[in-house]
Amino acid sequence: MIKKEMIAMLLAGGQGSRLGVLTHNVAKPAVSFGGKYRIIDFPLSNCINSGVDTVGVLTQYQPLRLNTHIGIGIPWDLDRNMGGVTVLPPYENAAGSDWYSGTANAIYQNLEYMESYNPDYVLILSGDHIYKMDYEVMLDYHKANNADITIAAMPVSMEEASRFGILITDENSRVTEFEEKPKVPRSNLASMGIYIFSWKALRDSLIELSNEPGCDFGKHIIPHVFNKGGRIFSYEFNGYWKDVGTLETYWEANMELVDIIPEFNLYEEYWKIYTKGDIITPQYISAASTINKSIIGEGVEVYGEVNNSVIGAGVVIEEGAVVTDSIIMKGSKIGANSKVTKAIIAENSEVGKNCEIGAFEFCESRYDKKVYNCDLAVIGERTTIPDGVVIGKNTAILGKTTIDDYVDGKLLSGDFIVKVGGKI
Amino acid sequence: MRAIGIVLAGGNSKRMKELSNKRAIAAMPIAGSYRSIDFALSNMSNSHVQKVAVFTQYNSRSLNEHLSSSKWWDFGRKQGGLFVFTPTITAESSDWYRGTADALYQNLVFLKRSHEPYVIISAGDGIYKLDYNKVLEYHIEKKADITVVCKKANDTEDLTRFGMVSINDDGRIVNFEEKPIVTDSVNISCGIYIIRRRQLIELIERSIAEDRYDFVKDILIRYKNLKRIYAYKINSYWSNIASVESYYKTNMDFLKKEVRDHFFVEYPGVYSKVDDLPPAKYNPGAKVSNSLIASGCIINGTVENSVLFNKSYIGNGCIIRNSVILNDVYIGDNTVIENCIVESRDTIRANSTYIGTAEQVRIVIEKNERYTL
Repeated sequence: MIKKEMIAMLLAGGQGSRLGVLTHNVAKPAVSFGGKYRIIDFPLSNCINSGVDTVGVLTQYQPLRLNTHIGIGIPWDLDRNMGGVTVLPPYENAAGSDWYSGTANAIYQNLEYMESYNPDYVLILSGDHIYKMDYEVMLDYHKANNADITIAAMPVSMEEASRFGILITDENSRVTEFEEKPKVPRSNLASMGIYIFSWKALRDSLIELSNEPGCDFGKHIIPHVFNKGGRIFSYEFNGYWKDVGTLETYWEANMELVDIIPEFNLYEEYWKIYTKGDIITPQYISAASTINKSIIGEGVEVYGEVNNSVIGAGVVIEEGAVVTDSIIMKGSKIGANSKVTKAIIAENSEVGKNCEIGAFEFCESRYDKKVYNCDLAVIGERTTIPDGVVIGKNTAILGKTTIDDYVDGKLLSGDFIVKVGGKI
Repeated sequence: MRAIGIVLAGGNSKRMKELSNKRAIAAMPIAGSYRSIDFALSNMSNSHVQKVAVFTQYNSRSLNEHLSSSKWWDFGRKQGGLFVFTPTITAESSDWYRGTADALYQNLVFLKRSHEPYVIISAGDGIYKLDYNKVLEYHIEKKADITVVCKKANDTEDLTRFGMVSINDDGRIVNFEEKPIVTDSVNISCGIYIIRRRQLIELIERSIAEDRYDFVKDILIRYKNLKRIYAYKINSYWSNIASVESYYKTNMDFLKKEVRDHFFVEYPGVYSKVDDLPPAKYNPGAKVSNSLIASGCIINGTVENSVLFNKSYIGNGCIIRNSVILNDVYIGDNTVIENCIVESRDTIRANSTYIGTAEQVRIVIEKNERYTL
């Protein structure tokens, strides 16, 4: 009989709509990060580094990139005869078919997968956080407390606390109360969305709440276990952890990597982050180029200037182009003499010559105020920007645009061009 | 593909000087993130050769480490795969490989048990991109017994380290000189051969019976009038790295756009073992121009016309010029390095100076204590 002490279930089906056009074609866990990685690499690498070699990845929204990235798990050494990584999409059965309607519902629909490994513990992870964490230590803690659920939590500032699910604990770290996004928080321990469940507690509560619409861990499962008198503990984590759920936090987390000694250090020998890299060639920096305080991925060709930026693999920055405070993802190209400031440019996009991105003064978004609320110009995947246009701040562009899409060759701050349906 | 592959990677060369102290030539780092043997192996893989044997002998530790998994070149297969053959003591013999033909002889079982009709033999120290299917087509069309891949020598090449061939109008090799001092021939043998498997077995067995152990001297040269030996000419980039000068030059060649495009941009690519290093990091003070920088590097100083391999650290105020810095080198602050090859895993103290000349590149080997976190 196959027996795995702890298996991991990684929730990677969400769209991450607050990343705007960046997640138009891909699920958030598949979005590039740090010039080389994708967000899902962090929890996957944590798994294998913690000795968890059986991982179910639950996908739903736009899974193609995620599927090709994960494959059979070779980059993370998760290609195993017993266990390894399994991608778990929603499926049709004799009774009909259901999409995953909530985090816990997705796990419920894969009870059979989990049961096949006879786990004692199940680790629930989400695919949208940047951090390094040893889940084995957390498991030891879970066992020592004889807990039903252990929730990883980190202290945040009181001002930030109202953005999170907050745990109130007793002196033994046992959770005595929850508050979901409280206006006046009574504690600063924020749940990180990382849970270890004892198998029985998870299985029972999933089955008991199987009819709950949109069954969710934070909203339903954990309160349910709590109300039954289950032992729920908080596991305090004090390392680097970043939720990159909004454009601004995503941009900041990338920018932190270029600090001289970054708080989140990828250069340490211990606890490597693995990824599938199709490009392994070195980068070429031409004689005429200038690079200040940046990180640059493999196979990049720089002929222009790069300041304080994160440049993904295979990017080309042509002569005279100036990229400042920006994130340019894999395979994109910045045309000659273009000026790119405070922009996020997603994969395989092309910016023409003599463009200016990040011009004018900030203006409120006319597209989606909730998503676009900072200076960033955001350019989606496989987008083309014609020569010579000027693009303002807080803008969104997606699709193959031509000069006719720009009034007087300009896109003012707060404006957008989204050519959906123009699918390739 | 109707051929098996053999990569000869056992050799050493005095011309590599100290650089071969710790590794076989086939394991020499190339172009920032590759090793020499990656080129032959990638060619095999891209030509759909399914079964490849690598013969190693001299200092094979670093090569074995590089080949510890065959998946990088797509050889992790049930059908075929990647085999590494080192000399072993058997009931009949306790010899090292006494030459290239002997290496083949000692692994004759591998040849005999294969079913593919042809064998592709390649040196492990050649930097080139070649579709062996085209060579095989030519081989069959010419009804050749052996086909030798050749490249026209350029004027600056030191011909005394190559096999030189003379070719008639049909492409047949009429003369073959090994490492000549003076020669009329202009075609270098690239050390890449195609031969029918049964023919190879027969020639090898006969040579060994006569105590002849070298594939070039005792088979190619000796049989050139008897067997139909043809030259397949290539015009694309080819370089043999088995001397310090050519090793340095080959790495510097990758600073040229056309060379990078040929190897890295044009499909299919070159594969290598993946190291999972983070992107290169440029801190304030970094000034880089006309250089190749591999991943995991952290740069605080000036780098010009140089190739930095994986995980090099360049301290504040350093000046690195016209140099090849191999992997995992730490260079302390304010150090000046010009026209040098810095051996891998070196630790170079702050405020040092190492100057070579364009004619005589200096090899730097410094094993100082390194403070690591």
